[in-house]
Amino acid sequence: MNPSMRELTAIAPLIVVAGTALVVVLVDALWKTNRNLSPALTLAGLVAAIAFSFPALGDAPATAAFGGMVRTGGFTSFFTLVFCVSGLLSVLLSISSVEEMIPVQGEYYALTLFAVSGMMLMAAAGDLVVFFLGLELMSISFYILAGFARGRMTSNEAALKYFLLGAFATGFLLYGIALVYGTTGSTSLAGFPLRTGGLQQPLLLLAGLALLMIGLMFKVGAVPFHMWVPDVYEGAPTTVSAFMSTGGKAAAFAGFLLIFTPAVLLTQPALRDVLAVVAATSMVAGNIVAVSQSSVKRMLAYSSIAHAGYILSGVVAANPAGSNGVLFYLMTYTMMNAGAFGVISLLEKPDGSMLTFDECAGLSRRSPLVAALTAIFMFSLAGVPPFAGFFGKYYVFAGAVEAHFTWLAIVGVLMSVVSAYYYLRLVVLMYFNDQPAGSPVTGRPLGLAALIIAAVALIGFGVFPSVLLGLTAHCF
Amino acid sequence: MTVESLVFFFLAAFAVTTAVLMVVQRSPLVSAIYLIANFFALAALYLLLRAQLLAVLQIVVYTGAIMVLVVFVIMLLNLEEEGRVRTRIAIRTWITVVLAAGFLSEIVYVFFVAGTPAEGTTISAGAESLGTVESMGEALFGKFLLPFEITSLLLLTAILGAVVLAKRKG
Repeated sequence: MNPSMRELTAIAPLIVVAGTALVVVLVDALWKTNRNLSPALTLAGLVAAIAFSFPALGDAPATAAFGGMVRTGGFTSFFTLVFCVSGLLSVLLSISSVEEMIPVQGEYYALTLFAVSGMMLMAAAGDLVVFFLGLELMSISFYILAGFARGRMTSNEAALKYFLLGAFATGFLLYGIALVYGTTGSTSLAGFPLRTGGLQQPLLLLAGLALLMIGLMFKVGAVPFHMWVPDVYEGAPTTVSAFMSTGGKAAAFAGFLLIFTPAVLLTQPALRDVLAVVAATSMVAGNIVAVSQSSVKRMLAYSSIAHAGYILSGVVAANPAGSNGVLFYLMTYTMMNAGAFGVISLLEKPDGSMLTFDECAGLSRRSPLVAALTAIFMFSLAGVPPFAGFFGKYYVFAGAVEAHFTWLAIVGVLMSVVSAYYYLRLVVLMYFNDQPAGSPVTGRPLGLAALIIAAVALIGFGVFPSVLLGLTAHCF
Repeated sequence: MTVESLVFFFLAAFAVTTAVLMVVQRSPLVSAIYLIANFFALAALYLLLRAQLLAVLQIVVYTGAIMVLVVFVIMLLNLEEEGRVRTRIAIRTWITVVLAAGFLSEIVYVFFVAGTPAEGTTISAGAESLGTVESMGEALFGKFLLPFEITSLLLLTAILGAVVLAKRKG
């Protein structure tokens, strides 16, 4: 079967990203002397993919291509945007990274692009087979990227830990897919909710869906499958953590929205309750442990567990408000969390040792611009209006209330208050502490540019949330 | 009980036993040999499912090529027996064991309740030709063309990763 032109244009962003990855591999092998070519090609590829994803943004979803293997339309294009933005910010920050291994190696950029293609396949999947392959493509790239600083023990530990636990979680996911296939007779996601009703073996299907859910919860880093998150995000090169915690998380949530659609969750109330409890525990555990951290990077890792909880409450809601909220949240979270990790990548020392809160004291005197950007990211992560982080939380919690999960929204709001303590502690240290320790941030124009783009987008989406909501409206 | 189900239960028991033995062995080489035995059992199970090509590939690729590599690497690295890891059995370990046992019993219970579907014992028409090279090829280059291509990307990524992690610094 030869793919038609229509099918190829339908997956154009994917072809561009995967193609650029192949070109980067070749270029890196053939022109070893030109170190700027690989990052430049990577940036160009990601920007082109964003451009190619624009035309389909307003389309209704579920125009199937390749025999129903992939879907096109608003949902896919929106997630393509999220993944490419996450990749772009991470690549821009990586070029300015101080860890000596990272900026110079072409493989780094090729693996980033492969990871982005994997994420795009996950969000475009019309079949569980494609979803699984996309997930593996992304995960394998992440395992290697996490261990990219080979000279540093913590990076090796992060890679090994992520690989072993990730492979184990993949086993759960695959077993879940097998059971779902066994009971429904198909791996296709089209008509998935219809086939899950009125079966001979409802218990077997429930077990399959539960196993699938375990695999996805591991990938988003929700409690009780979160044990890898702090060690991996802390040990991995900071720009990789920025990428994994935003794009990787968004891709796993795309899986939640594709497999655990409102129709599936409403017919499986037990799974929905489990998901609600997991969301609440993630918010509580992530936030409370984050309070006591002295390393900024580890604090962000625990806070990302909490954010997984917030976003899950939008999935639990199983209504349009909640689902749109999840998309809005993922886009803004990508900006603010990549920004927060980006700040660390500018401030940390070349040996990759941990950046403590105390080292950030008095930053506003040394580098006023970086301090101001940090403040924007922290306020947005804490959910303070007018930054976009506030609206993300507002929409997912509004969805939860509308679905009569009021208790979940109350837990979320209370935990947001707790989170304000550690986010704002960093801002207070930077602005109201006179310690002149450390040297100012100099140079690194591309890293700063990435942070400025993210900050401007956060303010823009915060003042005009309807821009982003207009896009999410076409996704379901 | 038909001959076929007898063969199945024998193979299933063999596969589970070798899998468990592979994990509990402390010598890496003996573990690898149990894994080979396990792969043979799996290949035979594929045959019972009328997946002839898969059974052959399982033996040629996994039992043959991959396991030879694994055994070579174990011998080249001259791995010794794993030392017995001394761990204090903390309360956390017990919680883990209880949770894992609970999970296992849940899965077993689900299969016990689900049982075997009544019509599952007969072979549907056309099943005999499903596992042939022809029908596998048609599926791979027809309906599953895109997943097939993605798999090649996946393998390339894995090769690239192995090179990155193994190559000399500099």
